Amino acid sequence: MKKRKFGFALTAVLAAGTVLAACGDEETTDNGSSTTEEGSNSGDAFSVAMVTDVGGVDDKSFNQSAWEGIQEFGAANGLSKGDGGFDYLQSASDADYNTNINNLLRRDFDLVFGVGFMMADAMGEIANENPDAKLAIIDSEVDAPNVVSVLFKEQEGAFLAGAAAASMSESGKIGFVGGVDIPVINRFHAGYVAGAQAVNPDIEIQVQYTGAFDKADLGKTAANLMYSSGVDIIFHAAGGTGNGVFSEAKERKAKDPDANVWVIGVDADQYDEGQVDADTNVTLTSMLKGVNAAVVDISTRAQDGEFNGGETLVYGLKEGGVQLADSRGAIPEDVMAVIEDYTAKISSGEITVPEEKPAK
Amino acid sequence: MSNRVVNILVPVISIIVGLLVGAVVMLVSGYDPVKGYIALWNGIFGDSYSIGNTIRQITPYILAGLAVAFAFRTGLFNIGVEGQLLMGWLAAAWVGYAVELPRIIHLPLAILAAAVAGAFWAFLVGFLKARLNVHEVISSIMLNYTALYVTNAVIKSLSDGGFKTETVLPSATLRAQWLRDMTDNSSLHLGIILSLLMVLVMWFILEKTTRGYELKAVGFNQNAAEYAGMSVKKNIILAMTISGVFAGLAGAMEALGTFQNASIKAGFTGVGFDGIAVALLGANTPLGVVFGATLFGSLKYGALNMPNAAGIPEEMVSIIIALIIFFVACGYVIRLGLQKFGSKKEGN
Repeated sequence: MKKRKFGFALTAVLAAGTVLAACGDEETTDNGSSTTEEGSNSGDAFSVAMVTDVGGVDDKSFNQSAWEGIQEFGAANGLSKGDGGFDYLQSASDADYNTNINNLLRRDFDLVFGVGFMMADAMGEIANENPDAKLAIIDSEVDAPNVVSVLFKEQEGAFLAGAAAASMSESGKIGFVGGVDIPVINRFHAGYVAGAQAVNPDIEIQVQYTGAFDKADLGKTAANLMYSSGVDIIFHAAGGTGNGVFSEAKERKAKDPDANVWVIGVDADQYDEGQVDADTNVTLTSMLKGVNAAVVDISTRAQDGEFNGGETLVYGLKEGGVQLADSRGAIPEDVMAVIEDYTAKISSGEITVPEEKPAK
Repeated sequence: MSNRVVNILVPVISIIVGLLVGAVVMLVSGYDPVKGYIALWNGIFGDSYSIGNTIRQITPYILAGLAVAFAFRTGLFNIGVEGQLLMGWLAAAWVGYAVELPRIIHLPLAILAAAVAGAFWAFLVGFLKARLNVHEVISSIMLNYTALYVTNAVIKSLSDGGFKTETVLPSATLRAQWLRDMTDNSSLHLGIILSLLMVLVMWFILEKTTRGYELKAVGFNQNAAEYAGMSVKKNIILAMTISGVFAGLAGAMEALGTFQNASIKAGFTGVGFDGIAVALLGANTPLGVVFGATLFGSLKYGALNMPNAAGIPEEMVSIIIALIIFFVACGYVIRLGLQKFGSKKEGN
């Protein structure tokens, strides 16, 4: 009796397994054919891959920008996503960096990018263990002969954003919403304050660090406080948290079309984020950080056999690493002239923008 | 059907059902389940590197599971493992880099510091419960947040405004070169030995000591325990504190083994909360916790390979892993099913 029942249970499980296995087989053949269709990756092509930090490739910020750069490089060289072409892995927590970078190296990608300052430790460790691997890190410095470090002069772009905000503000109050209080974000902060004070020494600048890059609700609360106290322009350097700043501004604009609220976006052109309706947009401009251009640049150099491991590349205003996005008419001609003036002065070295956030 | 067969069949069937439902989800959303599960398998057992990292992932889960299980056995719901873990993490990292001592003293001292920090954080909960009758769930949840922001603030001031402490000194690290060599430079560390030792410790305390008997008695029935002359208040505080020791040690695993430092966190690590599931899966027994932690840790680590080798997106992977755990957790339903199945047959 017992045996029979047991046998029945076993048969049931086996049957289910077989059915599913059959489905699986079908899928495999499907996949197989599709791989051959798009499989233009020849064995000797130069392949690139990246590991995101916890933001993911759809963070509307620098992870996304880096991934766009990788895709651009892939398209220019006729590569497709997958082994031997280009790919990315997303990290769910900082425990995953090490494994993700290693996994990509094991799949023989010729160049692996780590995106974000948090990855520096993992990068350094792996660089020592794999001296032949070609690695690159964005937003941090790793001291190893096979790692290219990429830094940006965020403060220079933020200076222009600050100058624009101070020139445009009607209330004389502007705001800055930062993510985590770390050197990268401090550079945004420092440049923004310096730029605003260059235009108007008496300007009031409200600053708040939310302590997170992925908490839109905190960004919204911060923006609410600032707008309520008379601030009319907020610059955010807070990744996903900044999306809350946009939603607060859009809500205010939707309720009262005459409300004077603006947001300055960060990293990528965030014009679409500020769209209220067909005619209204709260995005004044965005401070672009050319992660994508840097990724393409480094990949191309490495492909040409000029991989500059051990170097730290700094992309500033002069190198086109940072700039302001098209304001689509939100910023008038005379203010644009002021911004261009500052751009020239910073590029020529006449103005040096501070990196350290101002003391309170 | 004999009890032993049922006890073995239930978890096995649960896992199979979980895998099947996960496979259906993958099929429906257009991914290849066979490829997905092969990727999962290889992510866990594929090579020595994966095995090493899987064990590394299991280590803190064992300790977090023990912490929750120990409290459960004494009638307390320690939901504050996460906070106790963070305190232990910081304490171990700080002792690990701030003092210089020979390895034989330094490493135990750093581990001890983590245990004390975790114990203190849990002691607060036990004290509030025993003296002021504050429910431990509420106070421990709130202390989780307190721990998160306290550790963030301390790390910030220790590092002069940075986001992580210095790296722990070689004399305090749990890493061992021979383990790394053996596992192709994975981050496997000696902590697994400590955590298995703690499994024994928990078993010993609960089963072999008078104090353990008292703790369990308080867990079963406070009034009866009190009537028998045991001090309920003292035992509640003690139980929470011991639970906190395990949680603090889990933090030491991260500080001295995996990360070698403590860094500012934007949110919880999740290890402490997963510890609740680990303990429940393991029926709150020391050995059960090892199995629960093994399942959790393996799935969690192996899942990283699913986007890597099978191209399944992260969100999908999270759903599949959650489904597997879900079905394992509702083993009761399957047990019930087996009994029905059994009794019907007997009716023949």
